[in-house]
Order: sequence, then structure tokens, then C-alpha cells
Amino acid sequence: MGEYLKPLPSKNLDDKPLWDSCKNHSMALQRCASCGQFRYPPRSLCPNCHATETEWRPVSGRGRVYVSLVMCHSYGPAWEKDVPYNVSIIELEEGVKMWSNVIGCPPDEVKIGDAVVLVYEDVTEEISLPKFRPAGHQTP
Amino acid sequence: MNPKGACTIVGVGETAVGKLPEMTTLGVQLEAIGRAVKDAGLGPKDIDGLLAIQPSNDPQRSYALTVAQAAGIHPSYATDLAIGGATPVAMVAHAVMAIVTGLCSTVVCVLGHKQATGRLEPRHGRLRDGNEDFEEPFGLLGAPAVHACVAARHMHEFGTKSEQFAAVAVAMRRHASLNANATMRKPITIQDVLESRWVVKPFHLLDCCLVSDGAGAVVVTSADRAHDFPKPPVYIWGFGEGHIAGPLQSSSLTTLGGKQASEMAYRMAGVRPKDMDFAQIYDCFTAIVMVTLEDYGFCAKGEGGPWVENGRIEIGGDLPVNTHGGLLSQGHIEGMLHITEAVKQLRGHSVEPERQVNDAKLGIVSGHGASLSAHATLILGREKP
Repeated sequence: MGEYLKPLPSKNLDDKPLWDSCKNHSMALQRCASCGQFRYPPRSLCPNCHATETEWRPVSGRGRVYVSLVMCHSYGPAWEKDVPYNVSIIELEEGVKMWSNVIGCPPDEVKIGDAVVLVYEDVTEEISLPKFRPAGHQTP
Repeated sequence: MNPKGACTIVGVGETAVGKLPEMTTLGVQLEAIGRAVKDAGLGPKDIDGLLAIQPSNDPQRSYALTVAQAAGIHPSYATDLAIGGATPVAMVAHAVMAIVTGLCSTVVCVLGHKQATGRLEPRHGRLRDGNEDFEEPFGLLGAPAVHACVAARHMHEFGTKSEQFAAVAVAMRRHASLNANATMRKPITIQDVLESRWVVKPFHLLDCCLVSDGAGAVVVTSADRAHDFPKPPVYIWGFGEGHIAGPLQSSSLTTLGGKQASEMAYRMAGVRPKDMDFAQIYDCFTAIVMVTLEDYGFCAKGEGGPWVENGRIEIGGDLPVNTHGGLLSQGHIEGMLHITEAVKQLRGHSVEPERQVNDAKLGIVSGHGASLSAHATLILGREKP
């Protein structure tokens, strides 16, 4: 495996627990300890109630595609072999949305509303990225 | 107080647009300022306010002061604004606020950048967006992708077709073909748009704006002095802003900040969408024009697709949009030239006759940016309200 050339999260003080949880293949999201609202990306203040106390809750890993795009233009050498690739906004069961990729199927086949499940891609020793694959026909 | 009609735009300046490797980033700003101040019949000593924006290809601190010093302006009010493509429209509103509160009397608003050839300059930089850590690792790169989300949701929620987005690109190109200072002047068809390469589905290349060098500037002053200038004054009737949560946090991607911003501007101006003779709509991508026209009340939410078809937004149609060709075909100066064009349309006899809107009395201008988050609206009129 060659050197990983794509951009990586920089892991700052606010979001380190997120990336560490992904590294452990058990993604946890920040939840306000006062009003209970999940938020993403991680931040030090609850945008709903302005409380600063937070807890980190493991997610169910279930979500749905809110937007699906197919990136056809390569923005640099690191992406040349990937185009066309999928970029999606995933709405998690916990109510937050995140940018990710739906993998394991042709990018054109990912549609808004599709059920997806969380998987991890171990891209470096330090970083595992949360990605999604189609949930198939197992949705309730 | 209601600042309706308190101020006027009395000077506009534009550089050439396209590739300007022979000019520096600071140089394009200065050329636009020089032209705008001259257009107003003024000199540097007459200007006491300056609003600028850090050029995204050459960000540096207190840019407004760098520009002011280079232009021989000694302002009592000067700052950089930074709300992406909504900045030029917001600049005009901020100029009004500074003038009516007595901070200064005559403000130059300037926006220039060298997105096309700026990397050739020995010193250049890149302005960060701030959410890279949650975007770039997944290959979410470039402005087209974030805006393609709006198109994808519009198609999903309302059944909008690629052909309808394409109608926007066709109209902008037709207008650019009538503008001597436009980059892309060869008319195109719906089929040309649909056959252009995919950038990010659902956007084809011709759904996406140009990447340009250039600058524009306007001179704003009190309406009390409106007749002291060589060109007909254009009155600022209303303005508003609306900034929504980002693409992940917003509850909708098909209603953006334009709804709130335009409602505020209509209320201030005491006018309605049907009063507008033309619209200058920020057109970084075709779908944004459609959503903004809906948010501005020209048609109902979701009806933008059929509404923009069949020439309605072309010169001669019900609502000419972007009579200069816009970011899609004239050049991408972050919407500053949407304002200068609106002023010229309202002055009359200032653009090629083929693209003059007949008897233009009122026009609306939109600014949009910051990854879908920022929006500003401006309503301009030929007469004093």
C-alpha cells in the first residue's frame, strides 16, 4: 500500500473524540448533555441551548441518503483513479447529517432516500473514515 | 429609521473580465476604483469611505486599508466584508448604513480578484472555507459539488429537469453575446448544455460559472447630493440579508437565505416582485438562479423549472435576468458586476442597445455565497422613492 495522498482530518480539540471513535470502529457523536440534541460537526457550544456540557454517544450506524452526487471531475492526482465517485449527505437516525461516501455499489445507483449502514475505511494508522454502504433490502 | 431612498449610486467602474495576467490583484481593484470615481466626476479626496473584500487568491489582513492607501483615499470608515458572493450586495447596504449614521459621506465599494491567473503571481494564497476536515477527506471538493446538492434536492422534491437548469445557462449566454465585455459570447442551446461534460452530477460543465480575473466598483453617496454628478443617480430603495445554517444543518436545501433577505428588502422598499423590470440574480450555478427566483417570490416554490423556460428570463421576456450574461457567461466577479449592470440598466443609454431593458425603472439584485449560507438582496430604482 502506497502513501495515502488524500486530505485527512486534522483532529482538533473539538473533534478529536469523533475521529478517535471512528478509529475504534464505533463512531460516537456529540450530544448536548442539557437539551439532548446531537450535533455535527463537533463544536464546544450547543447551537440549540448554548450549554457547554456534552457527552459522546455511539451511533446506531443506520441512516438514509439525503443527497447523492457523482463527482466526475478530479480535483487532483489523489482522486484521478476514483472518478466517478459518490459523495453523499447522509442523514443519520440520530437526526444529524454528515458528508460521506456510499461505497460498495456503482455511484450512479445511490438515490435519495436509500437506507445505508455505517462502515469504516482504515485509510492510515491514525484515521478511519466513516463511510456507508447500501443497506440492501433489510430495511424495516 | 427606514433608509429607503436615502442614498444613491453615482459612479460605477468595471475592468475587463477574463484572463488578465498583465495586471496584479491589487491592480484590478485600483483600475475599477479609478473608473468608478471618475464616472462619478470625483477624485480621491472626495471619497471618505471604502469597503473591500480580501481577494480569495491573495488574502491579506486589513485589505480595505491597503486599497485605500494605494488609491489615495483617507477614509473615516473602511473595512473588509466577508460573506462570500453576497459581499458586493452587502457592501452597498453597509455603505448606506455608514452614510446615514454620519460616519462618512461617499463610499467606494470594490471587489476584485484573479481567480483565473492569480496563481501566476509570485505571492498568492488561498482563503480557507473552515469545514475542510468534514468535507475534503470524502472528496467533497470545489464549489460545484455543494451547489449540486441544491439541484439534486430540487429535482427530487419538485421533479425539475436538467433541461430546465439548462434554460438558465442558455439565457445567460444569449445576454453575454450582446455584451462586449463578456468572456463567453457564442450562443448555446439546451442540447449544448446537456451534452457538455459532467462536472458533478447533476451538473454539466455549462451549469457552472466561469473562473475569471477582474474587478468592479461602485460609488455610493447621500441622495441629497444626487444631482451633483454627471450621470443620472440610481436610488437605493431597499436591502436585506438572510444567512442560513450550512448545507448539513439547514432544514431545506431548496429554500435558502434569499427568502428572508428579499422579504426584508421588499418591505423596506414598499414594492413587490411584480414591480421589477429586471433581476440580476447571482448565478454561480444554474440551479441557484432558479431557487433564488422562487425565494424572491417571482414564482411559487418548486415551480422554477417550468418558469425559467421558453425565454421568460431573457431580454424581451417577462423578467430579464442577468442582462450582462452573469457569472455563467460574462465573467465571475462575485456578483459585483450584477450591481454595476443594474445601475447601467436604470441609467439608460449605458449598455449596448440590444440588451437595454425597455423603460427600466426598478431592478432587484441578489448576492449568494459561503457554501449556500449567505444571501443579500438589493432593490435599485431610477426615480427617488
